[in-house]
Amino acid sequence: MQTSIISRDPATPYRLMGLLLAIAILWPMLQLTQFEPKLLIDPNNIQVMGDFLVQFFPPNIEATFLSLVIKATVETLAMATAGIALAMVIAVPLGLIISYSLSISRIGPTSDHQFAQSIRFLARSLMLVLRGIPEIVWALLLVRVFGLGAIAGVLAIAITYGGMLAKVYSEILESGNTLPARALILSGSNRIAAFLYGLLPGSAQELASYTVYRWECAVRASVVMGFVGAGGLGQLMDQSMKMLNGGEVSTILVVFLGLVLLADYISLIIRKQLA
Amino acid sequence: MSTPINIQPARQFCLKCLLTLLIVFGLTIASFIYLALNPANLFTLEALKNITEFIGRFFPPDLSPDFLDKIWHGVLQTLAISALATLIAAIFSLGLSLPVSGRFGPTAKGITRFICNFLRSVPELVWAALMVLAVGLGPFAGTLALMLHTTGVLGRLFGESLENHPTVSSNALMLNGSGRVTSFLYGTLPGIAPQLLSYSLYRWEMNIRMATILGFVGAGGLGQMLYYELSLLREAQASTVIMAMLVLVIFVDFVSNKLRRIQMHNQG
Repeated sequence: MQTSIISRDPATPYRLMGLLLAIAILWPMLQLTQFEPKLLIDPNNIQVMGDFLVQFFPPNIEATFLSLVIKATVETLAMATAGIALAMVIAVPLGLIISYSLSISRIGPTSDHQFAQSIRFLARSLMLVLRGIPEIVWALLLVRVFGLGAIAGVLAIAITYGGMLAKVYSEILESGNTLPARALILSGSNRIAAFLYGLLPGSAQELASYTVYRWECAVRASVVMGFVGAGGLGQLMDQSMKMLNGGEVSTILVVFLGLVLLADYISLIIRKQLA
Repeated sequence: MSTPINIQPARQFCLKCLLTLLIVFGLTIASFIYLALNPANLFTLEALKNITEFIGRFFPPDLSPDFLDKIWHGVLQTLAISALATLIAAIFSLGLSLPVSGRFGPTAKGITRFICNFLRSVPELVWAALMVLAVGLGPFAGTLALMLHTTGVLGRLFGESLENHPTVSSNALMLNGSGRVTSFLYGTLPGIAPQLLSYSLYRWEMNIRMATILGFVGAGGLGQMLYYELSLLREAQASTVIMAMLVLVIFVDFVSNKLRRIQMHNQG
């Protein structure tokens, strides 16, 4: 009797084909991104980057600069807070319009409510545009209307997060127990009352908790938005980077990481109290 | 006859909650005062006139074939930046995940975990600004920036899924005399591969979104086009770029929702 040992991998042809296909897709991608690892070891670039990175230590802790950083940090926090407050002003009415669990037009066998449905469709598309365009693009545009500074940042957060909150609010309102609200609507109550007495008691905690979580995200976003001139820590970092001042950049980076941790912590505490 | 009535105890008065609520409320108002921002001012006639005039300049968008060609190139570049960055990051993370999961001892675990945390806590845009300094303007800087951030995220996720994967099959291979590398490749990797793939796809989705805006600091893609057109005050062109961004984001959202639904369906 003879046992033959298969030494060759039977899947070889398929793997080879997969490899060839991968190269065929990868090659144009490398071209499109102008992929040149050579640039990383270009002595000129290393010189610039090295000089910059060496300045990171020690971080700049002069009193005048620190006071600027502290001011920018407070501004960042204020931007996120005011932005979320305005976002709620946008999100609450939008969310209530969109939510199906408060829909009067859905009652009964006939759905002959063209008007109501078109309003809901319009609200949905508005929401999609608000949250589909990234906040930093809104900031870039708004800087041109309101000038450099925090106001553009606040409004950018309000617009993007207004859209996001509206979507999640309506989802939360639909996912909970919707029977009380339905009973109220069926027995003739208006939508606002049905929301306040039928939906809000059951979902208030979740709504508040998600809003606080979004505030935490807004802190992060408002730092980044400064890069297009919308105030806060990001704007300071952008300026320091353009002047290739490594010491200042490293101070701001440390403060930024601390700020994100702080926002995490505050949001955790508030959400724990809500639970 | 009496039907049992479900009596809920009234919620107890909670001083701490009330205080938190007051503090949150107070701080929100303080923010508006600190920023000297009066929401009522935003709705004055003059502000509304400014805004409508500003919006008016964006219409009609430039839809000439030449410009649409450029946009298409920008979209492809954005996709390529995100895909390449995710791919390279996934490969690096696979290497990093071994020490992160603690296979090379606690010291290596601590060090690599710290590296991952550092890489992912610096935002992509800051990495991009740094990489523009390192390799100059262009999509390569954006690719590097996304790659660094994603390596931090995926390294940690990969490490955790490696840590949580049962070692039975790789142990069986080792007991039968296979080497450490072979037992990893044939005993462990096939088990965690689907999870790693789904993490990578999820990160790719986020990276597409990031890649559209990294261009604001000069790192290629649609963002760089938008920044450029807006700097030249060519609003008609800028509005086409914004529409392309919106379509891209909505398309990615749609596809990933579909995929997720299919996946959930398959898992029952």
